[in-house]
Formats: sequence, C-alpha cells, structure tokens
Amino acid sequence: MSAALLVEQLLNGLQFGVMLFLMAAGLTLIFGVMGLINLAHGSLYMIGAFAAAGTAALTGSFFLALMGALMAAAIIGALVEMLVIRRLYDRDHLDQVLATFALILIFSEGTRFLFGSLPLYLDTPDILSGPTTLPGGIEYSKYRLFIISVGLAVGAGLFWLIARTRIGIQIRAGEADREMIAALGVDIRKLYTMVFALGAALAGLAGAMIGPIQSVEVGMGEPVLILAFVVIVIGGIGSIKGAFIGALLVGLTDTLGRIMLPQLFGLFMDASSATTVGASLASMSIYILMAGILLFKPSGLFGGQS
Amino acid sequence: MRRETILNIAIPGILLATALIAWAMGETYIITLATRAAILALAAVGLNIALGLGGLVSLGHAAFFGVGGYAMGILAFHAQNYMPLLGGLEGTKSMPIIWLVAVVASALTALVIGAMSLRTSGVYFIMITLAFGQMLYYFAISWPTYGGDDGMSIYLRNNFPGVNTLVPLNFFLICFTILAVVMVLTDRLGKSAFGLALQATRQNVARVEAVGLAPYKLRLVAFVISGAITGLAGALFADLNRFVSPTMLSWHMSGEIMILIILGGIARLSGPVAGAMLFIALEYVLEDLSHYWHVYLGAILLGVVLFARGGVVGLILGREVAHD
Repeated sequence: MSAALLVEQLLNGLQFGVMLFLMAAGLTLIFGVMGLINLAHGSLYMIGAFAAAGTAALTGSFFLALMGALMAAAIIGALVEMLVIRRLYDRDHLDQVLATFALILIFSEGTRFLFGSLPLYLDTPDILSGPTTLPGGIEYSKYRLFIISVGLAVGAGLFWLIARTRIGIQIRAGEADREMIAALGVDIRKLYTMVFALGAALAGLAGAMIGPIQSVEVGMGEPVLILAFVVIVIGGIGSIKGAFIGALLVGLTDTLGRIMLPQLFGLFMDASSATTVGASLASMSIYILMAGILLFKPSGLFGGQS
Repeated sequence: MRRETILNIAIPGILLATALIAWAMGETYIITLATRAAILALAAVGLNIALGLGGLVSLGHAAFFGVGGYAMGILAFHAQNYMPLLGGLEGTKSMPIIWLVAVVASALTALVIGAMSLRTSGVYFIMITLAFGQMLYYFAISWPTYGGDDGMSIYLRNNFPGVNTLVPLNFFLICFTILAVVMVLTDRLGKSAFGLALQATRQNVARVEAVGLAPYKLRLVAFVISGAITGLAGALFADLNRFVSPTMLSWHMSGEIMILIILGGIARLSGPVAGAMLFIALEYVLEDLSHYWHVYLGAILLGVVLFARGGVVGLILGREVAHD
C-alpha cells in the first residue's frame, strides 16, 4: 500500500471518527447527566440531515443549511425532552428503551410522510468541493478536511464548556449528585432540557455535515446510533474524553479494516475469497474490538464503576 | 383457579379459535396471520425468560431469531440444491432435525454473546447485546454464499413426518403446539428452584450471592434458554415465509419482539401471546388505514409505556403481580 493511500485512509478514518464523536458525545452526556439511554438519538441525526437538505433547497446556502440543522435538531430535541423524555428519568432502562424506540418509529414514519421515501442529496458548497494538496503532495478532499476541523473544533468547545464554564460546572455537578444541585437552587428541569437540546444539536450537526457525502434518507441515523453505542461502551459511559478516544478508535479500525483485511487475506488466499472473507471480517472488526476491550475493562476505557 | 391461570388458557385459546374459524370459513390469509402471531409469540416467550424473569434487557434477540432462521435456510438450501454441506453432511428438509439444529445453533450463539455481555449490566448490557446483534446482521449482509443482502428463498415448506405441512392449518397447528408446549415448560421453569433463584437475581443480587448462588451463571443459563427458544421461533418464521434475509437479524426485529412483551404484559406467561395477537391485529387494521401505520404503532407503544405499564394482561388483571 502506498503512503499516499495510507494517509488518505487515515484521514477518512479520522473523519468518520470525528462524526461518531459528535453523536457519542451527546449520548454520553445525556446518559451521564440524566441517566437516560436514548435510542432516538439517531432520529435527531436524521432530522439534522433533512433540515439541512430542506434549508439548502430553499436558500441555496450550505452554511445556512448547517445553521438550520443545528436549530431544528435543538428545538425538536428540547420539545421532545419536555413532552416525553422528562417522564422517563425516573423509569427503568427498559421503559426508556421502549419509549425512545417508539419515538424512532414516529420520527421515521413522520419524516417519510413529509419528505417521501426517495433519498435527498445535499451539494458540497463551491469553496469546499474538490481536492486540496496537503504537505507532502498528497491530494485530499477539502470537504472531509472541513468535517474533521469542525468536529475537532466542536470537541474542543465542548471540553471548554464542560471544564471552564458555569453551565459546565452545573452539568458535572448534576452527574455527581442531582438532588444536591437542585437543593442549591439550580433549575434542574431547565438544565436537563438544555443538556438534551445540546446533545440533539450535536447529532443534528453530524447529520447535516454527512449529508453531502451520503444520501439523506429515512433510517440513516440507526447505523450511526449503533456505532455510537459501541463508541460509548469502549470509551466508558458518561465520559466525554472516553467518547472522543473511542470514536477515533472505532473510526480508524472500521476504515482501515475495510482496506487492509482483504489485502491481508490476499497474502495466503486467492483474490476472490480473500475479498469475501476480508470484507465479512472487516464488517465485524469494531465489534471484535469492543469485545476485546470489554474483556479487560468491563466498564470501558475511561468509565467508572458500571 | 386464579384469574391469571384462566387468562393463560383463554388467550392462546382465542388464537386457536381464530385459526379454526378462519379455516372453516376458508380464510387462508387469516390462518397465515394467526401462524405469524403464534411464531412471534414464541419468540417473545423466549425473550420474556431473560427480560421478565431475569430482568435482562436484551436488545439483541434478533441475533438468535436470525440464527434460527438461517439454520433452517442453510439446511433447506443445501437439500433443495443437492449440495453437500460441511464434511459430507447433507442438507435436510425435515422439520424436527431443522428445529434441533436451530435450537443448538442459537443456544451456542447465546452462550457466546451472553458470556461476554453478562459481565456488564444496566445500560452497558443493552448497548452490548444490541451491538453484537448488529454484528451478526452486518456479517449476514457481507457474506455472499447464502444470498447476502438479498436473503434466500426456500421453494417448498419443509416436511414433518406424517403431516402435510403445505396445508396452512396444519402448519399453524404445528407452530401452536410448539408454542403451547414451550409455554407450559416456561411456566414450570419459572416456578422451579432455578426460576426462583433467577427472579431473585433480578430483585437483589447481593442476597443471591449471600446465599451462595452465582448470579452470573444463573443469568447465563437463562440467557441461553431464552436465546434457544427465540431461535426455534426463527426457524419456524423462516419456514412460514419460505424466505430468510438479514432483516431477521436487524435490531428492529429485536425491538419488535420486545414490543410484543410490553403490549401484552411483562413477566406474564400469556403476555407475549396477547401482545403478538394485538400486534398482528394492529398491523392488519392500521396498514389498511394508512401507509404510515408505524406512526400509530409508535404512538400506541409510547402510550403503553408511559401510562399502561402492565400491557393487555395487566389491564385485565389489574396490578395483581407488580413487576419491579
């Protein structure tokens, strides 16, 4: 494999990882603060993508589309929190799973009703389309670099928000002892709505940014949701740092596995069965990674007690 | 007789009566729907052992359902194409052998997945069972020998000694008998020493450990039994449709099986049957009403979870046996 191809695949893996981080960060934050497992997080990703496609069709501007996606996901997230999710904090995980599964059914069919079953496409804005030359003479897609930069910037912003701001202090306090911070006069209901909307906005942003790479369609959020779960299991529930490391691990393993495993098997098999076996194993690689990490650290790399 | 016992006989009785009346009236489609309900109920009875008795929220039972389905598909595929299977073994069209293979294969799958997942608990367990289920789903999609993404068709329904399985009512009766037998066994299991210990692990792990029992082992055994029953249901489901595809392994299937239990009533013997009948009936009525019937299904499910946690059986009986 040439160095250029390797760098390109590493960057692809990084881009995928950064996307997963945006999803996993919201999930892990919502679980950490409110103790809620939210299967409908993938729907918010889908809503972000559809809102972006809709806004782009209306205004023709990609950056307005990103804003639209953020707003739509945050607003719908806040509404869902106030109408449904709020009733689930005191329930057991089974109820949370079922209720948020019900939300998926409603959101998916609702979106199909509004936008139809055909996939939508989002155009890459002109200044971000085409390749750019990296140091070392390697050509790489500008748009994917844009996703990586936005993802890293949002990640840095999130760390800053959690570690340095007043809201961050309240969020961390909420994770540690929710009764105490309620007793100290923090409006816990508003805090919860805010955290949920923040997580939703991150998912929406991820969905909108992936729009120009994949097609925008109903059900697009679910594969990403399940990968985000794998990320959280690897990183440890409730840990943003864990989500970040886990996301990069999963993104790189998946991307590199798909390229390298068929080649690896090609060394001692004929080409067609190497492709078959390699591709099948590559599709399982991240789950094998997850199982391996669980064997040694049942509560994830950065998790506390499970 | 306790009211729940009456209900445990009455609810499957309604299913049987529906099929018989449909047969008398020549409504083949209704018999097929009743068969589907019986098979889905069987899958849910299986999940209910892990979920209801053991309190293990497995979101990966589609894995076992699909493994059962693929066991049937692969055996029948080799038999219908006269291709030898591994090591000179032949495929088969005989239901009892297929069932045995489906049960063993799904039990082994459950053993491996359970051994890893049960090291964790709570949300981790939910996410990990979901992830392992999805792993098999992607594996089935990317493995081209047995149809990959497209799945594979079996041309003729498999045989059962002495019964013409091509007659819809006969196949229904086979499925219904299995369901009834498994329900009786499940009832016995729940009241056995093992079942009581398992329920105790759901309520208080520390006390179970204090009396010298190993919760991990109890749960693993329950998970394997649960997976094996769901796998058997998968083999029947594939036989009903004469078709196997990765859809049987998808996490929507896991969610659907879980919905059946909740609609019917969790940790109730006849809950899964009531839930499956209600689900099929809803599907039948709502699909006619609107193309987008999943919206209504979602709304009903949300309503049941938020406001009527006992499901159908709970509504009929009141909260006599509260699930903790």
